[in-house]
Amino acid sequence: MKKLLMATAATALVAGAAYADGHGNEVKIGVILGFTGPIESLTPSMADGAELAMTEVTESGMLLDGMKVTSVRADSTCIDAGAATAAAERLVTSDGVKAIMGADCSGVTSAILQNVAVPNGVVMISPSATSPGLSHADNEDNGLFFRTAPSDARQGVVMTDVLIEEGITEVAVTYTNNDYGKGLADSFEAAFEAAGGTVTINTAHEDGKADYSAEIGALAAAGGQRLVVAGYVDQGGSGIIRAALDSGAFDTFHFPDGMISAQLEENFGDEIEGSTGQHPGTDSPGAAAFSEMVGGAFDPTSPFTPESYDAAALIMLAMQAAGSTESGDFKDHVMDVANAPGTEIFPGQLGMALEMIKNGEEIDYVGATAVELIGPGESAGNYRQIVIEGGKITTAKFR
Amino acid sequence: MDVLNAIVALSNFVLIPAIAYGSQLALGALGVTLIYGILRFSNFAHGDTMAFGAMVTILVTWWMQSLGISLGPLPTALLALPFGILGCIALLVLTDKAVYKFYRAQKAKPVILVIVSMGIMFIMNGLVRFVIGPDDQRFADGERFIISARTFREMTGLSEGLAFRTSQGITIVTAVVVVIALFWFLNRTRTGKSMRAYSDNEDLALLSGINPERVVLYTWMLVAGLATIAGVLYGLDKSFKPFTYFQLLLPIFAAAIVGGLGSPVGAIAGGFVIAFSEVTITYAWKKVATYLLPEALEPDGLVQLLSTDYKFAVSFVILLIVLLFRPTGLFKGKAV
Repeated sequence: MKKLLMATAATALVAGAAYADGHGNEVKIGVILGFTGPIESLTPSMADGAELAMTEVTESGMLLDGMKVTSVRADSTCIDAGAATAAAERLVTSDGVKAIMGADCSGVTSAILQNVAVPNGVVMISPSATSPGLSHADNEDNGLFFRTAPSDARQGVVMTDVLIEEGITEVAVTYTNNDYGKGLADSFEAAFEAAGGTVTINTAHEDGKADYSAEIGALAAAGGQRLVVAGYVDQGGSGIIRAALDSGAFDTFHFPDGMISAQLEENFGDEIEGSTGQHPGTDSPGAAAFSEMVGGAFDPTSPFTPESYDAAALIMLAMQAAGSTESGDFKDHVMDVANAPGTEIFPGQLGMALEMIKNGEEIDYVGATAVELIGPGESAGNYRQIVIEGGKITTAKFR
Repeated sequence: MDVLNAIVALSNFVLIPAIAYGSQLALGALGVTLIYGILRFSNFAHGDTMAFGAMVTILVTWWMQSLGISLGPLPTALLALPFGILGCIALLVLTDKAVYKFYRAQKAKPVILVIVSMGIMFIMNGLVRFVIGPDDQRFADGERFIISARTFREMTGLSEGLAFRTSQGITIVTAVVVVIALFWFLNRTRTGKSMRAYSDNEDLALLSGINPERVVLYTWMLVAGLATIAGVLYGLDKSFKPFTYFQLLLPIFAAAIVGGLGSPVGAIAGGFVIAFSEVTITYAWKKVATYLLPEALEPDGLVQLLSTDYKFAVSFVILLIVLLFRPTGLFKGKAV
């Protein structure tokens, strides 16, 4: 009996050691994005962006003595908080990810943060959740949540500037009925009215409906020089535009980030000629470096793709700075590596950055989107202003 | 001029959409009402029957488009429609033989048949998603507009545009033709009369030598035709997505019940009542009022009774009111 016990204990020890060894050189990072659902046309290149950073770090062999970084993907669905929470729970408890790059849409991001990340003490860096509600001023997130996308409070101000400069003073607003849409529409309305503009109507539309003629009827009655569609291009947003064009209610539109993608060109082309929009983006040298690095592997200018690269990069740089892959240790280092002082780091220089951190030097991660984290850990916000010309999305300027 | 503008704005945003939507609902409700009148149960699978018929039509449309067959300015789907109807008939007759016949032989209570139809609904639901997927499908081709808002404005010089889509025109014309044909069939032909006899009094009909199985067969064939036409028209006018057909069940039943279950005239009236209330109650009347009222009385607000979010609630409320005050519906159908 004694022998048996000894043998069991020995086996357990060996197994434990083997287990530790097997995982000693690998750190897993969860990539949780809405691969199905309303922004499914954006997420593949976002995930590719994040994984590009991980490959770069793995190949450099500089992260904590040559640790390998692997990505574990999970589907946030963008809209189903229950499914997203379950997926994140699986990542943390069964796959054992050390940090989460995600989630994407604001509603599911806040659900995952409250139900999974905070209870388990896992760092989350979202590339695209922009709801003002996620600015945790009172440390409700235990310092675990960051985002490389700016809050929509900022987008509302930028949108106002774009429209006022175009000489537009009267707009109708329709938003997708969720945290993202409502947050953006409200912050825009406040900013636009403060700047002297008039919002004739600010009303919700539900995603996934076949027919938006009633919604357009109300919007048309209220009138306005332009229709602001704070929705999703794969969902109700396109339906609204189609109905508005068909009934002749509006000819030009203004699109926030959720609407700008190749799908928009494909759906409407030159029917929406002269429409404007903006989404997070920058003309810093980082963006060009990122495009060059990606080559033709995926679309580096697709919304939130560079943000995803930066989110993943920040996680790994912070791990290096803390000398640990545990969220509890490296969460306090995220702001340090992201902001000045230090040497500026651009995409493709992650290996160099890791080495510098190892040697005790300071870095200032600029990345693909000119990352500058402010307040409770969110991007200060650079925007690319676009205009539809000849049926194509073209860059007007950067803000 | 202002009066004209008001009329145009009203037609553009209320009348035309509501008439097209009402025709689609009426065709759907006719199918529900026929099954209720003749087979004596509420068929919950009707929305998904519409989706199935539309799906077959879409597949045939795609095949025709790949062969280069087209109807010129009209959508190719009209050519594919007969195939869709045949496919739908095959499915419904098969379900009848496999499922409903068994319960009919047992003289099952209507409530059991309702539950059975719910089971069938889920199977059809899955079948459609399995074949064509849960996403939006586009199959409309041909000319998009009979008259577009811009051309109308240029033609008339009015400040309001009037858009009339081809799909809306086809919907209205088809609905009128189908309804006339259906009434002619029910009132003038031998089979139609035997169906009505069976519906009025089953025992008496059997005594006078009407073959019940044939009546049932013809009913399913008619229902398949109506459901496919309604489904294809809805898909052409809006978009084809299996889930929206499932959601259509509520307004369709509301239409059938408001009009009086079992009464074909009622189904049509009900379809238009529901469609017009959904659209007019959630419409913002500001524009029309601005044109019509003297300047001093112009409204500042939107003059909207209910936000468009409550569109579906409108059909619920009408349903409740009718059930409370006139349980048999507007046209004296059978009591629910």
